[in-house]
Amino acid sequence: MSQRHLPLWEVFVRSRRGLDHKHIGSLHAADAEQALLAARDTYTRRQEGVSIWVVKSSDIHASQFEDEGAFFDPAEDKVYRHPTFYDVPEDLKL
Amino acid sequence: MATPAPHDEQARFDAVIAADEKIEPRDWMPEKYRRNLVRQISQHAHSEVVGQLPEGNWITRAPSLRRKAILLAKVQDEAGHGLYLYSAAETLGTSREEMLDDLLEGRAKYASIFNYPTLSWADVGAIGWLVDGAAIVNQISLCRTSYGPYARAMVRICKEESFHQRQGYEIMQTLAQGSPEQQAMAQDALDRWWWPTLMMFGPHDADSAHTQQSMQWKIKRQSNDELRQKFVDQTVEQAARIGLTIPDPELRWNEARGHYDFGEIDWDEFQRVLGGNGPCNRSRMRDRRRAHEDGAWVREAMLAHAEKHNRRAAGAAA
Ligand SMILES: [Fe+2]
Ligand SMILES: [Fe+2]
Repeated sequence: MSQRHLPLWEVFVRSRRGLDHKHIGSLHAADAEQALLAARDTYTRRQEGVSIWVVKSSDIHASQFEDEGAFFDPAEDKVYRHPTFYDVPEDLKL
Repeated sequence: MATPAPHDEQARFDAVIAADEKIEPRDWMPEKYRRNLVRQISQHAHSEVVGQLPEGNWITRAPSLRRKAILLAKVQDEAGHGLYLYSAAETLGTSREEMLDDLLEGRAKYASIFNYPTLSWADVGAIGWLVDGAAIVNQISLCRTSYGPYARAMVRICKEESFHQRQGYEIMQTLAQGSPEQQAMAQDALDRWWWPTLMMFGPHDADSAHTQQSMQWKIKRQSNDELRQKFVDQTVEQAARIGLTIPDPELRWNEARGHYDFGEIDWDEFQRVLGGNGPCNRSRMRDRRRAHEDGAWVREAMLAHAEKHNRRAAGAAA
């Protein structure tokens, strides 16, 4: 069996113009070109997309689950960032 | 003020499960939950991949170009399903190679149904109608599984499955409306595939080794017997509509239960096929191994090509 492994890629698909690319899954491929072809065959067999991004999984940096609390803490006590925080006349369109 | 024990990982995991939220790849999870998922998802992936073989057997002999294009598309979908599921399992820290080795070296299981032969064209119809039909019942339930990547793979798969079942039913319907020989072919396929399809849902709940824990963790959302009943209830009418007879003399509507009663599965046969001694176990594995080995040079070539380009790009930059 082969000792060398095909690297892992993450696939993002824009389903139609005007929408963001969205993570849809992953696959193994030797390089970006192969990854794009495989992504097309795997994730857009029914016209699910008009544009595909592939990114090497090893190039993605993620926040750590263990620090989730502390990491997202700064947003916790700033309720004044939401429109519902403000007392304004209810009958006004505002 | 004391912060509410953020390090109690088990409690956090339990709370997520209790709230019907999803566990995601980087979350802490009990080792047994992880192992249970790897086993279930990789078995599911292997089933999609090995499941291409019985139908692949008929691609070159499909009765028309229309049927051939449909069958090719269906089998290609199954390859895609295998890939979605392997990817979901890989998020749990196992590798594609480990899973493939487990399959090819006979350590991993796959759905026993694919160890039955496809003897006639009607079998392609029966597989789409019954086997994909049963898979859909199971997979719809799994869309609510507690592990995020598995649930998302199931949603994607379910979207693709309904054409599989409909094309199979259409084949059966066409045969059932055809010549007496064609009608007999359709009935014969139903006779052979009915019981193995019911076995796809696994042992009775009381005898199922993994069910209880899996239900607690919300990996499974409905039990084997519940899902099997659902499948029987929905399939009876479909068979009747095209004039085919389900091969079970004990099958009858039970007014009190609001479900169909049906006969007992031959559990000896179930164990025999599961144990490696079904009609096609060995040839399925031989074919899968050969396909893997025959494809090795392609994987090697793609890697060599990518490495050459990387070297050139590095050389140009220097
Ligand atoms: Fe499938
Ligand atoms: Fe399918």
